[in-house]
Amino acid sequence: MRVITVAGPPSVGKTSLILKLAKTLREEGQKLAVVKFDCLSTDDDLLYRREKIPVAAGLAGSVCPDHFFVSNIDDCLQWAQDIGADLLIAESAGLCNRCSPHVQGALAVCVVDNLSGVHTPKKIGPMLKMADVVAITKGDIVSQAEREVFAHNVWRANPQAQIVAFNGLTGQGAGELAFHMRGAPDIETLEGRRLRFPMPSAICSYCIGETCIGENHQRGNVRKMRFPEVLA
Amino acid sequence: MSAHMSPANLSLRLDEAQRLNPAFATLIGPTPKPDLSLADWLASLDSGDLDRLKFSRVELEAHLLALIQDAQGFRNPVTRIKSLRILGGRDKTGAAENLDLDLRPGAIVSVVGPTGSGKSRLLGDIECLAQGDTPSGRRILIDGEIPDPARRWAASGKLVAQLSQNMNFVVDLTVGDFVEMHAECRAVDNPEQAAAEVIACANQLAGEKFSAATSLTQLSGGQSRALMIADVALLSTSPIVLIDEIENAGINRRQALDLLVASDKIVLMSTHDPILALHAHKRIVIAAGAVLEVIETSDTERAHLATLEHYDRLMSELRENLRHGARLETLPLPFGSLE
Ligand SMILES: Nc1nc2c(ncn2[C@@H]2O[C@H](COP(=O)(O)OP(=O)(O)O)[C@@H](O)[C@H]2O)c(=O)[nH]1
Ligand SMILES: Nc1ncnc2c1ncn2[C@@H]1O[C@H](COP(=O)(O)OP(=O)(O)O)[C@@H](O)[C@H]1O
Ligand SMILES: [Mg+2]
Ligand SMILES: [Mg+2]
Ligand SMILES: [Zn+2]
Ligand SMILES: [Zn+2]
Repeated sequence: MRVITVAGPPSVGKTSLILKLAKTLREEGQKLAVVKFDCLSTDDDLLYRREKIPVAAGLAGSVCPDHFFVSNIDDCLQWAQDIGADLLIAESAGLCNRCSPHVQGALAVCVVDNLSGVHTPKKIGPMLKMADVVAITKGDIVSQAEREVFAHNVWRANPQAQIVAFNGLTGQGAGELAFHMRGAPDIETLEGRRLRFPMPSAICSYCIGETCIGENHQRGNVRKMRFPEVLA
Repeated sequence: MSAHMSPANLSLRLDEAQRLNPAFATLIGPTPKPDLSLADWLASLDSGDLDRLKFSRVELEAHLLALIQDAQGFRNPVTRIKSLRILGGRDKTGAAENLDLDLRPGAIVSVVGPTGSGKSRLLGDIECLAQGDTPSGRRILIDGEIPDPARRWAASGKLVAQLSQNMNFVVDLTVGDFVEMHAECRAVDNPEQAAAEVIACANQLAGEKFSAATSLTQLSGGQSRALMIADVALLSTSPIVLIDEIENAGINRRQALDLLVASDKIVLMSTHDPILALHAHKRIVIAAGAVLEVIETSDTERAHLATLEHYDRLMSELRENLRHGARLETLPLPFGSLE
């Protein structure tokens, strides 16, 4: 079983990419299962179901979806094995720029889009910097120059990654992604494997339910801002 | 999985690093210990320093390595090819397509055919260096060879630049700042000068002038297209340019094509515009998903261009006049003669 984590900010085109990829994989005779991680609700599972792709959805509720992901991913793998899949893709909500679901031994894909601006690759954090493959979507609506600058900035943030231009509407790029997925390692279980990047844990009182503002309510690891001096 | 070779390492001293890539100077700032190695410098940072730099330790290490490789020029060697060969596949009914077309740098080819006939498919096949794995079954050879899978994918992104109808500039920057940023990615010697050249060139192609200080998102359609073409001709490394039904209003078509030819690129453009179609050296005629014929533009056809351009000019003058509030009670002569 090959496991692939697909992460990226909301609405970049993760679901579109997985759906197009599923077509290519199906033509190659590979059986895909998808698990979608989100916070409170998701409609993506309907989209997968409509394409007859077996899907499980996991809702994280109040915890960071990436923390929720890592507590559940090995069970997902067992589920995918039980239904006879060759390949498990985990789509994560990508709502947390500090965390990243990428696991050693699973092919790590990060999806970003050309619309998010040329400075975005630098800001995305471990989700992009720890990925094996970075797919860049929505190139159909920006200039060639912006695509080149964007790809260059992705490369600067993660020089090790394979960079794939992907069109979520036409599926152009699916062949290349499928090629990279063929090279993903075959694994039986994720037990004992490590996250590629440690996730920051709950560190302050607000992480565990405090809602009131004020010095008296700030406990644990609290960091305060510094402001420029006021000139007289 | 690394596509980039060279085990760059962090034994470089800070002063050496700063000389190698100016980006190090911005990152490291003034340092009392110029002979510290990058590795030792990294180890000396505490979590406050890392926060200030907006990096985790692991990320910063990767970033330092990237800056070294960047400076060593791994990213953007200009890609040169000698030939692009397109081998036929099948049409929409599955019948064989009779095609073996070899294109060399400097070639300008138009692609014509009704909507839905497969013009964009042909351009898409070239973009991904198809190997019988697209709906058309076509195969693309580079310099006479089938690129092996790893090379195919590494190459496809760098070989092909694209311009199409629904492309826009979306970044919120001035023309000058952005083009300079693009030039910096290419590691050209003098980005500022390169940007000035691109802008001057775009102004020759566009009817209405704009400056380096103009905001990208304020450019008119014609100005945007002119800037995209000038940028692709002068700054893009890609030896193949695919143009998909880009609207031609507001730009000087002949100059735009001359510019691309001069940059020694192979240009394929799908178009419904007779003037663009005849400016090409060849035109590929597509029907029902397959290439029907490849026509060399004849001397007679080329001679007709002058006439076509004459009428085209009259039409645009008329258009301009109307736009500026003119009335059209009498038609200019060549139009009037029909009545
Ligand atoms: N123009 C364009 N739109 C895209 C592309 N990829 C995705 N989209 C659109 O972007 C929107 C969000 O895509 P979705 O796959 O739901 O994003 P997700 O939240 O990352 O899963 C949808 O409306 C897609 O049709 C692309 O390459 N080009
Ligand atoms: N040889 C072919 N075999 C199968 N489908 C094809 C072939 N050529 C084109 N198509 C499909 O026909 C549709 C229309 O083609 P497209 O390239 O968009 O046409 P155009 O750009 O000329 O309007 C697309 O879905 C395309 O994938
Ligand atoms: Mg989604
Ligand atoms: Mg088309
Ligand atoms: Zn988190
Ligand atoms: Zn907290």
